Amino acid sequence: MKKSSARKDPAKKGPAKTSGSDFYRLRLYIAGQTPNSVAAIANLKKICEEKLQGKYRIEVVDLLEKPQLAKGDQIIAIPTLVRRLPPPVKKIIGNLSKTESVMVGLDLQPVR
Amino acid sequence: MPRAKPEPKVARTSLPKSPTGIQGLDEITGGGLPKGRVTLVCGRAGCGKSLLGMEFLVHGAVRYGEPGVCIDFEETEEKLTANVASLGFDLRELTKRKKLFVDYVFIERNQIAESGEYNLDGLFIRLAHAVKTIKAKRILVDSVEALFSGLADSAILRSELRRLFRWLEDHKLTAIVTGEAGSGTLTRHGLEEYIADCVISLDHRVTEQISTRRLRIVKYRGTSHGTDEYPFLIGEEGISVVPITSLVLTHKALMDRVSTGIPALDEMMEGKGFFRGSSVLVTGTAGTGKSSLAANFTSAACARGELCLYFTFEESPSQILRNMRSVGLDLEQWVKKGLLHINAMRPTSTGLEGHLSVIHKLIAKLRPRVVVIDPITNLVSASGTYDVKSMLVRLVDFLKVEQITSMFTNLTFAGDPQERTAAAVSSLMDTWIVLRDSKPNGRPRRELYVLKSRGMAHSREPRELIASERGIELGMVLRDHSLETTVAGPSAVAAAE
Repeated sequence: MKKSSARKDPAKKGPAKTSGSDFYRLRLYIAGQTPNSVAAIANLKKICEEKLQGKYRIEVVDLLEKPQLAKGDQIIAIPTLVRRLPPPVKKIIGNLSKTESVMVGLDLQPVR
Repeated sequence: MPRAKPEPKVARTSLPKSPTGIQGLDEITGGGLPKGRVTLVCGRAGCGKSLLGMEFLVHGAVRYGEPGVCIDFEETEEKLTANVASLGFDLRELTKRKKLFVDYVFIERNQIAESGEYNLDGLFIRLAHAVKTIKAKRILVDSVEALFSGLADSAILRSELRRLFRWLEDHKLTAIVTGEAGSGTLTRHGLEEYIADCVISLDHRVTEQISTRRLRIVKYRGTSHGTDEYPFLIGEEGISVVPITSLVLTHKALMDRVSTGIPALDEMMEGKGFFRGSSVLVTGTAGTGKSSLAANFTSAACARGELCLYFTFEESPSQILRNMRSVGLDLEQWVKKGLLHINAMRPTSTGLEGHLSVIHKLIAKLRPRVVVIDPITNLVSASGTYDVKSMLVRLVDFLKVEQITSMFTNLTFAGDPQERTAAAVSSLMDTWIVLRDSKPNGRPRRELYVLKSRGMAHSREPRELIASERGIELGMVLRDHSLETTVAGPSAVAAAE
């Protein structure tokens, strides 16, 4: 995941303040309204609004309702955030409380 | 071996058991794994733990009406399908009929970043989904330690593992979890600390090209179990812990007698020959007629209409047929009638384990009344160790339980340590016939005597053995040897010569 930010082509959409230039399709897997799940949704929304305004979509999947979906994205931990677009697929597990590691995980800022 | 046996009896006080269906394992555990509990199976890579787990599931699904879930962290469904096919079962078919459910859990650490707290609810949801889908009673988690390499927070992992094992028990699943052996610990991540009920350790050693696999029950709460290491085999039909009945010597001693195939030798043994179901060792230096003796014994059994299985490690079947013709034995007729099966194996082609596995399998398949192994020297050649002896103990036991009369030949060399093996093996044998060369007055001759034969008043006097195209005959009792040398065994005899 450290390398992939370099692989992106930042020229594609003009000067972006982040290295990610494509539309972000994010899927957040939760299991019921647990504190971690609630926190993850809130944390994710906050980060996206700040860094990805207008170019992201979040889909929340509650595995208690659709357990069969866990297999497709190989979900083990809850909550798990999956970056489905842009490629490559990335996963971040946890309640996303550590903003910096979320941004690194999503390639939203270069690795220092 | 797959003879239909009654379910092993369970001691009154012990926990309910789930039979594994694995040959031998259910016997040494008194009926199988603890029902509704978690069993840890640990060992190094390639020790057979996944296979054991898979057999437990497949047998559960096919033979005991207990559907099973396989949560696999290592093998994809495709690979598992191939593995199960090698056991003779169709995983896809079993999956379709909802007897099995396979979920391959793939964790790619490079793909995963961590941010804040999490738990393994995703895994639990998958488990629950799988269990519910097929109403599973059994589950295999292979190998849960993959989580440790996939996820960084080992504090979370440990508490989640504890929760996992509790979850399995709450759902009344009979479970096998596997774990990789660590250095100095049973498992690399100390899984054994979480498992209270049953821990089985597998081991695979290769010494001097002979591979030996062993199984040990480290703990089994509420059950008396064998604490020995049990050798086990991985054959085409999967795992079998040989010996099925080594815990107790319960085989029935038959009073029936069978001819040795040589009237004069029968005569030396109360005129009746061997006991049926007994084991006979024939030792002798090169060229003393061990194979001829075995062939006579075989031929007599075939003539009685009994099926014989003849394992040879030195000659091809056609070579044996030709050689025996020269001493007046037509073995070919029995081969043609289907009464004699000659199985030739290269001693070096597989290890001891492989040979024994083939032997067991053929015996189970053909169900012979007589088995000849000619010679066991090759089987034991690479080592005279405890391993070999314990393997042979179990083979001999097995033959006795099946009431198969067996003959083993063993080549001895004067002063060779091989004789120690012969001596070690001989304690298992009911009858020990010694052949040897001697040169009294410069005239070479072959001699035979019965060193021991349990349960009968046999002759102890050496006779001359004469092999010609008329067959094997025994000459007069030889008086020119003192009794002490003959009774003392081949080492002393060799030394005396």
